[in-house]
Amino acid sequence: MSVSTLVPAAWWARLGQARRRTFLGYLFLSPWLVGLLAFTLFPILAVFGLGFMEYGIFGRPTWVGLENYRDILTNDRLFLTTLGNTLYFVALSVPLSTVIGFLLAVALNTRLIGQTLFRTAFYVPSIVPQVAAVLLFVWLFHPQIGLINFALDLLGLEGPNWLGRPQWAKPAIVIMGLWGVGGGMIIYLAGLQSIPQHLYEAAEIDGATEMRRFLMITIPLMTPTLFYNLIIGIIGSFQVFVTAYVATQGGPLNSTLFYVLYLYRYGFEEFRLGYASALAWILFLLVLALTVVVFRSSSSWVYYESGGER
Amino acid sequence: MRVAESVNLPARAGPSWRYRRSTRRVLRMSAVHLALVATGFLFLLPLLWMVSTSLKSLTQQVAWPPEWIPQPFVWRNYPDAAAFLPLVRYTLNSLTITVLFVIGTLLSCPLIAYAFARIRFPGRDFLFIVLIATIMLPGVVRLIPTYLMFRQLGFLNTYLPMVLPAFFGSPLFIFLLRQYFRTFPEELADAARMDGASEIGILYRIFMPMSGPALAVITIFAVQSQWNDFVDPLIYLNKEKMRTLAVGLYYFRAYQDTTNWGQMMAAATMMTAPILILFALFQRYFIQGVALTGMKG
Repeated sequence: MSVSTLVPAAWWARLGQARRRTFLGYLFLSPWLVGLLAFTLFPILAVFGLGFMEYGIFGRPTWVGLENYRDILTNDRLFLTTLGNTLYFVALSVPLSTVIGFLLAVALNTRLIGQTLFRTAFYVPSIVPQVAAVLLFVWLFHPQIGLINFALDLLGLEGPNWLGRPQWAKPAIVIMGLWGVGGGMIIYLAGLQSIPQHLYEAAEIDGATEMRRFLMITIPLMTPTLFYNLIIGIIGSFQVFVTAYVATQGGPLNSTLFYVLYLYRYGFEEFRLGYASALAWILFLLVLALTVVVFRSSSSWVYYESGGER
Repeated sequence: MRVAESVNLPARAGPSWRYRRSTRRVLRMSAVHLALVATGFLFLLPLLWMVSTSLKSLTQQVAWPPEWIPQPFVWRNYPDAAAFLPLVRYTLNSLTITVLFVIGTLLSCPLIAYAFARIRFPGRDFLFIVLIATIMLPGVVRLIPTYLMFRQLGFLNTYLPMVLPAFFGSPLFIFLLRQYFRTFPEELADAARMDGASEIGILYRIFMPMSGPALAVITIFAVQSQWNDFVDPLIYLNKEKMRTLAVGLYYFRAYQDTTNWGQMMAAATMMTAPILILFALFQRYFIQGVALTGMKG
């Protein structure tokens, strides 16, 4: 398995050490480099190009210039609906899952009896396969015999027809996502455990209250982790698809027609691949812009030790 | 109250002011415990309900108020669900994809990660930034061109669109392995090189045997990703026989009127059980792996 079986020995012998290293480095990277070209760079360029074309399932793609974009922005009445739905979902689910995940982690990071048990209880729902989880929640959200409305009934509240009413379907889908908050919790927990204990001890000796220690030590030292999760959370929730596809198919009255579901319909149900590509490119720019904004803002709230190593 | 008592047990020696505050402390700790027990219960309840429903008779499924313990236990929901849709077949399909994907991942990722971690060459650091950028790329952007590419190659209704990319390395797994390889002392590879070991030799004889936990983590992530994947099988496979379990399960929802909740929950349980068993066996790696992905890089 040595390199000499792959390349002419004489040529290899003439190479200097540095050249050999470079050759080997790229050789090892080559699967990834090929994959990068085929599965990432090519698709990004192609989706940009396809956005300017009309491309049905049969026949050849034809150039239509900016027509797809013009249609999306001026004629497509559902585009704004779907954008609004998606922003609603992102605006609700990202902060909620961050706050809940973080608070759970803080609670679990105290001296607890049965800490592992608690950690498992909160984490396990996040590994339940998504489709199974959605089926389960469709059952839990059943308007007449669902467990959730039964619980609300016990509290004296009348539960809504969750997935059947436009104003309740989106919150229901947010709740489904929050069930999986345990994954984020584990990340926060790891972050909390890596905060040096002596900082807290020093602050305690100086007479800092617990609240103050939380605000002045825990929060600042957790900002890099929070930042990372925020970015991943935004990118992920902009692409919400499976929950809506399985639970509601975008209904009722398009109230859960999220962006990717809409794109999927154009791409794989109506086979208007050019139009769907234009939609994809718009989403890409949107997510990119938002990511850049969050990155920009990070210098004012993300705290890096030793003067920002990144 | 039991919880409060046991909180009190490990009486810690400390300055006397600690003792004066201890009553408040115990009260507060028991409040935290109670709140966590309640929310923890809330998180687990849906899973218990899923299993419970899967074992109920038709009449008990719709009983109001809901009943927790199935009476009698209706195991038939499982074979009935597997007869309603060929779940065994779907399971085998999912398993095939998952196994091939894991093989591809384990062949490609260590090699790539090793180059990023331990071979010095011009362009490496730039390419590493590219790698991280691709982790953050929204996957939906490449959906349509990739679909067209695989269609052009004649890969529709094969497992290649799911499996093939694994052999070219997944950015997140490469990143995780690279971080792990970086924790080995630099001298380790250098000393082996002095002894005349090739880079491949260093990777397979020294690095890989020392990387059990990291390899376990990426294997588990790879299994999860393929077992759960919904979108790719949905767009690439339209022969009913080739469906995966995830897509197959969707049809329980689509044909909801002709089945019942017991069967549906039986199918959901069948899909969830392998992952839970995996978790029970390799808990540590699940938790460590998730924690690792959150480390800044």
